[in-house]
Amino acid sequence: MSVADLLSDDAGTPSGRWRPRRGARRGAVADPAPGAGTPAAPGPDTSPVLELRGVARWFPGAEPVHALHAADLSVAAGDYLSIVGPSGSGKSTLLNLLGLLDRPSAGEYLLDGTPTARAPEAVRTALRAGRIGFVFQAFHLLPHRTVLENVLLATLYSGVPRRERRRRATEALERVGLGHRTGFLPPLLSGGERQRVAVARAVVTVPGVLLADEPTGNLDSASTGHVLDLFDELHRDGLTLLVITHDADVAARAGRRVRIADGHLEEIA
Amino acid sequence: MTTATGDPATGTTAGGPTAATDGAATGATGTAGDAPSGPVTGGHPGRRPRVPRGDRFGPRDVVGEALAGTGARPGRLLLTVLGTVLGIASVVVTLGLAQTAANRINEQFDAVAATQAVARPEQRTTWSGTQRAVGTLPWDAAERAERIAGVRAAATVSDVDLRGATVSAVPVNDPAAPPQTGPAVVATSPGLLAAVRGELSQGRFFDAGNDRRGDRVVVLGATAAERLGISRVDRQPAVFLGERAYQVIGILGDAQRRSDLLGSVLVPEGTARADLGLVAPGEVQMLLAVGAGPVLAEQLPTALDPGAPETIDVQAPARPAGVQQDVQADVNVVFLALGAVALLIGGVGIANVTLLSVMERTGEIGLRRALGARRRDVAAQFVLESAVVGALGGVIGAALGVAVVTGVSAVQDWTPILEMRLVAAAAVAGTLVGLLAGLYPALRAARVEPVAALRGGL
Repeated sequence: MSVADLLSDDAGTPSGRWRPRRGARRGAVADPAPGAGTPAAPGPDTSPVLELRGVARWFPGAEPVHALHAADLSVAAGDYLSIVGPSGSGKSTLLNLLGLLDRPSAGEYLLDGTPTARAPEAVRTALRAGRIGFVFQAFHLLPHRTVLENVLLATLYSGVPRRERRRRATEALERVGLGHRTGFLPPLLSGGERQRVAVARAVVTVPGVLLADEPTGNLDSASTGHVLDLFDELHRDGLTLLVITHDADVAARAGRRVRIADGHLEEIA
Repeated sequence: MTTATGDPATGTTAGGPTAATDGAATGATGTAGDAPSGPVTGGHPGRRPRVPRGDRFGPRDVVGEALAGTGARPGRLLLTVLGTVLGIASVVVTLGLAQTAANRINEQFDAVAATQAVARPEQRTTWSGTQRAVGTLPWDAAERAERIAGVRAAATVSDVDLRGATVSAVPVNDPAAPPQTGPAVVATSPGLLAAVRGELSQGRFFDAGNDRRGDRVVVLGATAAERLGISRVDRQPAVFLGERAYQVIGILGDAQRRSDLLGSVLVPEGTARADLGLVAPGEVQMLLAVGAGPVLAEQLPTALDPGAPETIDVQAPARPAGVQQDVQADVNVVFLALGAVALLIGGVGIANVTLLSVMERTGEIGLRRALGARRRDVAAQFVLESAVVGALGGVIGAALGVAVVTGVSAVQDWTPILEMRLVAAAAVAGTLVGLLAGLYPALRAARVEPVAALRGGL
């Protein structure tokens, strides 16, 4: 593999059916904000934001590991979905696939109707930057950067106009109730506050989907309550939420619940 | 800021009419069969997914992130920078001291050697092992030398053999006294003072008239005068060469080129020929204009002995610039090699620390990738971080080098010479070293897979 290949985001793309037209990139519009095309309120619209069609993921080896078996899942705009399952059930694999961090071994995954399974890495990276917000169990905040800078980090890669970045980040922090903490370093914050910073970072780019991986796994019950209330609020504002958890109480807050066990998905509510 | 809707409370930024991404990103028909359509995906049918670009991670962002990443750990930064600082500083010190030393050598060269020349008959070792002059200098050697361009003054200087006679102030014949060696007797032409940059402390030097008439006059070197107990010439003291009295007319206070003359008794050449049996001048001392050496060396032998120029041995300075360049080149090669080694070590140090930093920051890299950073964004950031470290080291190292050169020169009382272009180039070289050192770590960083990277924390 040459250096050019290595640095190319298209490295390793299977020569599949998906090929973007040359030059189409240049015609892209700067503002990643979704909007006009989407309905003004969540609810009646049922067209899927995420759609898994027979997506499977196995890890090759002498004894291939099947982490996910032919999963079908459709998530509409404005859905609040929880995915529960014990550890080792394939939750993380599913999240990595949904977050475009990993490619399915088989099947097709459509994000906003765009097939991504065999899309070039550049397209997947761009979708990840503009359409998906991540919240991790371990927060993943840069310890040496202030709260505001951590939120700004997401805007760097998603094409938010430079002059709007700071205002948007401040607004996002105010929205999660941390407008007074912008200059703090993350290690000085409580776990709950840190997770709220992470939520602010996830939504500052106005993603279509928020993917949360065990967002309350490291939090006490009071902080868990805060974060879940925040999720409820975001959901009411129309954000599509996918929360992966092993905590039944957390899962119960979601409108739709999916259980995953041994790589099989099953909708339970 | 919240979500994909034009929520009245928060939708000021989110729900603008621009709304590119949704429509674009979802408008692809693709080939996946029944692509869903509807309000969400309705935008522009047939267009491929939009890659939001705009202000996406532009040069300013890379620089900002690189600076922030570099400054995050000041302690480590200091240690990393140290390698480059030492490398660059040693290069600058090397060049600076080499230039200063070359200049110093040149100065000495100019001051003493570059304007002095001597011509003697060539000496050959005979079969019996003694040195014997092959040729002879003419009596008018000084006048002939002065006719050559660039010769400012010339004088003949010859050792006179008294054949056992002594030099004394009072002719006392004391058989009990231990045999003493008196001061040497040297015969010179009247132009000596100019040729050897001498100065009289008392009296006058003998002139052409004394020389032509063979007057019995002498000038004493200062040391010789002291030995002979003569401190003043206004009382017309005399010294005895053998049994003949010679009037002391002056005392030589200084002779820069031939300080041995201070211990001698100087007699006019004509007198030495008449009284003391001098058969030929011993050598010609010359004061030259700077740079006249090569011409003199070429022309003087023919002028002194047209019939056998090869029997005249001229010691004249080579061209000063040539010497300076030779010296500088020697010094530079040696020390530049040392500086390059130091720089290499500095670069390896940066590469090491950057690599370590990449491994430590795997989680951060994964996070950036999850947030939408491309491989090249990550690579650019790390290359730039390393270049910033190199640049910092270059600037500090160059400054340190200048300080050392200045300090050493101050202590040694030298004139510090340092080409400022070289100093600037050294600072740039530090940046380049950092840039090169960062390439491999940056490739490693670009290769990090976000899935694996996110498993750990930050």
